[in-house]
Amino acid sequence: MAEAVATRELTYVGAIAEAAHTVLAEQDTAFVAGEDVAGAGGVFGSYRGLLDAYGEERVIDTPISEEGIVGLAVGAAATGLRPIIDIMFMDFMGECMDEIANQMAKMRYMFGGSASLPITIVTMSGGGMNMAAQHSQSLEAWICHLPGLKVVAPATPHDAKGLIIAASRDDNPVFVVLNKLSLRNTGEVPEDSYEVPIGKARTVREGSDLTIVTYSRMVHEATTAAEALAEEGIDSEVIDLRSLQPMDTEAMVASVQKTHRAIVVHEAVRFGGLGGEIASQIQELAFDYLDAPVARIGAPFSPVPFAANLEQAWLPNAPKIVAAAKELLGSE
Amino acid sequence: MQPDDDTLRDIHRRMVRIRVFETEAGKLAEAGRIPGALHLYVGQEAVAAGIMAHLSADDWITSTHRGHGHLIAKGGAFDRMFAELFGRATGYCRGKGGSMHISNMELGMLGANGIVGAGPPIAVGAAFTAKYRKTDRVAVTFFGDGASNEGSFHEAANMAALYKLPALFVCENNGYGEYTAQANHQAIVDVADRAAGYGMPGVIVDGMDAVAVYEAAGAALERARAGEGPTLLECKTYRFFDHVGVRGMGLSYRTDAELEEWQKRDPIHMFEERLAELGVLSQEQAAEVHDGIMAEVQAGIEFAEQSPVPDVATLLDDVYA
Repeated sequence: MAEAVATRELTYVGAIAEAAHTVLAEQDTAFVAGEDVAGAGGVFGSYRGLLDAYGEERVIDTPISEEGIVGLAVGAAATGLRPIIDIMFMDFMGECMDEIANQMAKMRYMFGGSASLPITIVTMSGGGMNMAAQHSQSLEAWICHLPGLKVVAPATPHDAKGLIIAASRDDNPVFVVLNKLSLRNTGEVPEDSYEVPIGKARTVREGSDLTIVTYSRMVHEATTAAEALAEEGIDSEVIDLRSLQPMDTEAMVASVQKTHRAIVVHEAVRFGGLGGEIASQIQELAFDYLDAPVARIGAPFSPVPFAANLEQAWLPNAPKIVAAAKELLGSE
Repeated sequence: MQPDDDTLRDIHRRMVRIRVFETEAGKLAEAGRIPGALHLYVGQEAVAAGIMAHLSADDWITSTHRGHGHLIAKGGAFDRMFAELFGRATGYCRGKGGSMHISNMELGMLGANGIVGAGPPIAVGAAFTAKYRKTDRVAVTFFGDGASNEGSFHEAANMAALYKLPALFVCENNGYGEYTAQANHQAIVDVADRAAGYGMPGVIVDGMDAVAVYEAAGAALERARAGEGPTLLECKTYRFFDHVGVRGMGLSYRTDAELEEWQKRDPIHMFEERLAELGVLSQEQAAEVHDGIMAEVQAGIEFAEQSPVPDVATLLDDVYA
């Protein structure tokens, strides 16, 4: 697929901002609302320049009222607009979970299909920045459990832009779960408008000995691990799910059918995390192909600690993936 | 804004439509013919009727768990409403919502709601659309004294006032949050006092007096449509039936004497006396209105009972667009 598209290096946060500009340029009914999104351009810089370009009617600073913000989006979407709302840290979902779980996710179904809720919810997840227990979580399992919501988690600048644009064009509520430790990462990003399809995984690296299924920032840790494993003669395939709800079951099953082993990696706490769902799907659909139980790597069952050494010990990382891969291969 | 004679008759009709529908729905629920929980609106009719007389299908409302009355006053059809309560495919929500989620987007009715206090933030969003599109539409959110203790109400009130949105916050203070008396759930007597905290007018009106409701709502809606922002309108009213159903669970949270005292101020009886005195509608004409509506209700029930249940094949329809 060698398309002649003009790309250039952009940061992850630059790609987010470019997506926001693109969406407001393309859709008259789209607006951005959230805490500090207008005057400040977003606390992470995600909306830099947006207020100047589109004005205060379409780029709106809100009070610190997450339930009010999500409710605003539900009501505005149900009546014909296409809101993009920012929930600054994913940890703040506790403040607005009713409007997410009982209103936004269910309104269409409860109303027999008469309502559409084209809402994009942009939020930040992840640790590694000494932000401690209430600003570092990866809570995607909460929202993937709710029928009616879509959830994507881009790992790269390219996918961040393309998934935000895809979310904005989708007629369902879509959570775009971004990663704050990736904000300064760079990558090739097309200048034009484009979509990364929701529900499609990406094979980051092909391999034959095992499959690492992951998403968000852990894609980079998995890639680093795969390179280290390659030096020891272990050939890993890395699958970046990109989309968590819906999930590209087909892609991961096809990979496992080839490699016969799988490790699922996410930064979220392991117990009750998406890794359990992914491992189950693989075992249900590719049991006969598996040479070993599906391994799962996630954070230990504790809040995210503050002290740098504790936080580093808590986070899943490449060395932990390497160790798990070796154990998996040695377990035959 | 005084209602003219046609408006008076219109308000009367809306009130009677609610009363007859709810009374018959209550009987069906107690007889076990309607499944699930019904929160009935009998006693509070003057509020929905007096306000909805100002609205068109282009204006939006959010409702509560006690939502039938709001939908009826907004123009809901009995046949499709009963079909929804019966869980039939012909219901407004194709049997997927039931009493607590009954809605009609075409009538601008953004849903009854099973979550106390969930409506105000949604109404703020609808009012935002009205302003964003530079229309003169309004969004009205109905909620109770109990919901005024939810954070959602406070966040919504603050945002509506901050953005000067065309919204009307209608607190139907019926004296009880579920089974808990107002004095035991908040330290204030007038919920309208809370308006001051958000920089919007707070107005108190007799919620049993449809004309008083109509006039107060008219002023607030005129203000909203003129871009001057929201109002909190508190309507003092009373629930003649129990929190759920008619006699409910027979809990001893209020006295018969209190109920009887309020029933002396039945909003429909008072209004009919007034219309007769004014020569707008005689007692005989009022009785004809009741009879006509009863016939329509019975036809609605028959329609619902003869309607098919939803096909199980539709179970997963409309989870996503």
